[in-house]
Amino acid sequence: MVGFLVRRLLSTVLVLIGVSILVFLIMQLVPGDPVRSMLGQAATAERVTEVRHQLGLDRPLIVQYLDWILGVLHGDLGQSLTLSQPVSSILFPKLGNTMILAGGSLLICLVIGVPLGMVAARRQYSVVDRGSMFVALGGASVPVYWAGLVIINIFALKLGWFPTSGMYDTRNPGGFEDVLVHLVLPSVAAAVVPTAVVARMARGSMVEALHADHVQMLRASGVPERLVIWKHTLRNILPPVVNIVGLQAGYLLGGVIFVEVVFNWPGLGGQLYTSITAGDMPMIQAGVLFIALVFVVVNLVTDVAVALLDPRTRKEA
Amino acid sequence: MTNDPLLKVTGLRTHFSSEHGTVKAVDGVDFQIERGGILGVVGESGSGKSVTGLSILRLLGSRNATIAGGQILFHGEDLLTKSDREMREIRGKKISMVFQNAMTALDPFFRVGDQLVEVIRLHQRVGKREAKLKALEAMELVRIPEASRRLSSYPHQLSGGQRQRVMIALALSCGPDLLIADEPTTALDATVQKQIIDLLAEVNRELGTAILMITHDFGVVARLCRTVAVMYAGKIVESGEVARVLEKPEDPYTQKLLGSVLRMRSEVRRVSA
Amino acid sequence: MTTATLTQPAATAWRRRSQFRLATRALARDKVAVGALVVLTLVVLVAIFAPLISPYDPLVGDPTIRLLPPGTPGHLLGLDGQGRDILSRLIWGGRYSLSVAIVPVLCAGVVALVLGMVAGYFGGRWGELVMRVLDVVFAFPIVLFAIAIAAVLGPGLVNSMLAIGITLVPYMARVVYTATVQESGKDYVEAARAAGLTEVEILGKQLLPNVLSPLVVYATTLAGLVIVLAAGLSFLGVGITPPAPDWGVMTSDGRQVLLEGYAHVATIPGLMIFIVAIAFNLLGDGIRDALDPHKQTGSRN
Repeated sequence: MVGFLVRRLLSTVLVLIGVSILVFLIMQLVPGDPVRSMLGQAATAERVTEVRHQLGLDRPLIVQYLDWILGVLHGDLGQSLTLSQPVSSILFPKLGNTMILAGGSLLICLVIGVPLGMVAARRQYSVVDRGSMFVALGGASVPVYWAGLVIINIFALKLGWFPTSGMYDTRNPGGFEDVLVHLVLPSVAAAVVPTAVVARMARGSMVEALHADHVQMLRASGVPERLVIWKHTLRNILPPVVNIVGLQAGYLLGGVIFVEVVFNWPGLGGQLYTSITAGDMPMIQAGVLFIALVFVVVNLVTDVAVALLDPRTRKEA
Repeated sequence: MTNDPLLKVTGLRTHFSSEHGTVKAVDGVDFQIERGGILGVVGESGSGKSVTGLSILRLLGSRNATIAGGQILFHGEDLLTKSDREMREIRGKKISMVFQNAMTALDPFFRVGDQLVEVIRLHQRVGKREAKLKALEAMELVRIPEASRRLSSYPHQLSGGQRQRVMIALALSCGPDLLIADEPTTALDATVQKQIIDLLAEVNRELGTAILMITHDFGVVARLCRTVAVMYAGKIVESGEVARVLEKPEDPYTQKLLGSVLRMRSEVRRVSA
Repeated sequence: MTTATLTQPAATAWRRRSQFRLATRALARDKVAVGALVVLTLVVLVAIFAPLISPYDPLVGDPTIRLLPPGTPGHLLGLDGQGRDILSRLIWGGRYSLSVAIVPVLCAGVVALVLGMVAGYFGGRWGELVMRVLDVVFAFPIVLFAIAIAAVLGPGLVNSMLAIGITLVPYMARVVYTATVQESGKDYVEAARAAGLTEVEILGKQLLPNVLSPLVVYATTLAGLVIVLAAGLSFLGVGITPPAPDWGVMTSDGRQVLLEGYAHVATIPGLMIFIVAIAFNLLGDGIRDALDPHKQTGSRN
């Protein structure tokens, strides 16, 4: 167990290094000369060379990378080109907002997806099973930006139950309830695909668990069916379900930019979008790095959780 | 009164519906077990012996299996007329069952002791501490070494033989009158097989638990059982005292079954001579 | 000198042809998959024959009749914010949305096939190392990675295809790699080597068809994701840009007017993306089931 944890941590560190290198390299893909585009066409060759030297862009790539990464480790992510502020001061608060959104979506995903899958498995091949899995198949293919727009149209515009955008009422910010009301629609939109995926997967695991040999032994011992389901099979499917939920967290982090754009949610994704539109390279670099970092950590936590949840990973007594 | 058999099965018929029509897995079966008796039900795979065992406890799962007829009298009451809840009170408490798949019969996610306690507290009104003591008793009954330590083990941390013993402990934990054992030794090594058979014999001697032993191995029957019923294609073709059936099998199928066993035995004797 | 018996490689080739036929027949029995295939073929055909089918020019709009709803006479699906016929834009848009999804999948598939098979067959430790390096890409959420590359390369159809293609290669290569490693260990490869086939022949005739099956299943399901992703890139402005009638662009255009109450501009193209994505997913499921040897015999569950 400890060995596994150590190995996993080590590989995470390696992956993080790899991720930072990759992000750095991606930024080098920008076509054209960033200095020239900054200074404009009229700049002289000497001026360009001078500014390039000032910005340290004439140093070998490795040096530039190390310089950047050392800064990152100290919390210095550079200066935003468009907002004249340190990148970190802009990104950190937004990270929290994205976490709230992701949290809301994951909650919906768990609360709806898992029980739905379990019920479908219990009534295998029934109308409930086929129907819900059919819906889940559709749900798994939904474009999240379209879902967001449809949801806004129906529940915010036509029915007026929820606000159309934002994280809180800008005119009178109301605290917890205000955020909650604004949280509903975006987290539902973001949760459609993950819930569908989790439901399908939970059903599969549940069917397998229900046919496990020990279930027969439990029934033969007189254990009532509700305990068989809610105590035993639920516990049995916990590792694969946690695994898939962790994976969905990754999906959420990838798609968060769409939801935040459609709903004007002030998170990391929305900021990334603004930076992309503005061509603010340091912001883009940091934003991508951030989201990737969170993703790696989430994967690590998921793997550790799955290992902890399965007693079979523990060695012989 | 005390002469009534513990279990009396008459005309049991269990059918499965499949895409090829109805399969009569058990087709009119009669047998009985006395209190403290040991009956062996022998047959090859497909003979219906396992289904018979499952039918007694009504564990078939409703999807394509139905008990189409017959009577299963336990303590004089017909099990086939009992409600689900009444059956649940019988399973594990009055009639227990152990299976072949010792490897996978225990929930891998719960400690062995917790699984024992769960069943004990289900059928008996006892507190946690008392239940733990009873669990320990059950483990010691089946002769698991270091029983108290093993209580906090997970199933995968035990050997195959130990897991089989735990399954038996689980089945006996509430003192049932009848234990149905469905091929409990088939998946085990020869030495462990012998140990488990001896354990079952001891349980029968000490506790008076009746045993319905379902197996394809006549050798097991010879070691353990007092009476035997031979099954073929859903019907019982021969039954009686074990000694008699082994000596003078009347039915040709029984003779065939025994023939191979006896042939093997005499070959072994020749080789080792 | 040829003998009367079938040589091993020829035998496996014959077996594979009949496997292919079994798979096609199994697929034909799967009504859902066939339906999905029909839908996809229809969409492709409509896109190909756009100039003949489209009622109006997708780029020309009449601002005086902007935002009219679906059902307006002459405009089945209504008009967008610039007075352009939505149906025509949808028809022409297929060319963009489908190509920016299918082309990268095909190209990445070819690259992944070469990379994965070489790494898997010859690789040994080097192959493992290459795969480990590619694993870094898996540390990113796939959508984020594509967005990052697209953002950096700039907008446009070709850049979009490039960004998506680059993103897909590691995922597809991994599928090819694991399949190749698995197949390489099997007996028929040994037999082929003993029969004197060259490495290239082994790769091409023996391994390739067996590695192709999982890749095709994966690619088809991936196509469903890619079509959503590609339109998503356009939606964010890092893919295809207006005034091109790409479905993602249309959805993005529609976003502004949705808040004013004209939902059809955004919801219709988005629905189109959804339908095509479902079709790809269903087809992928169908192909996977058809290739499953247990299902091919036609027995029901």
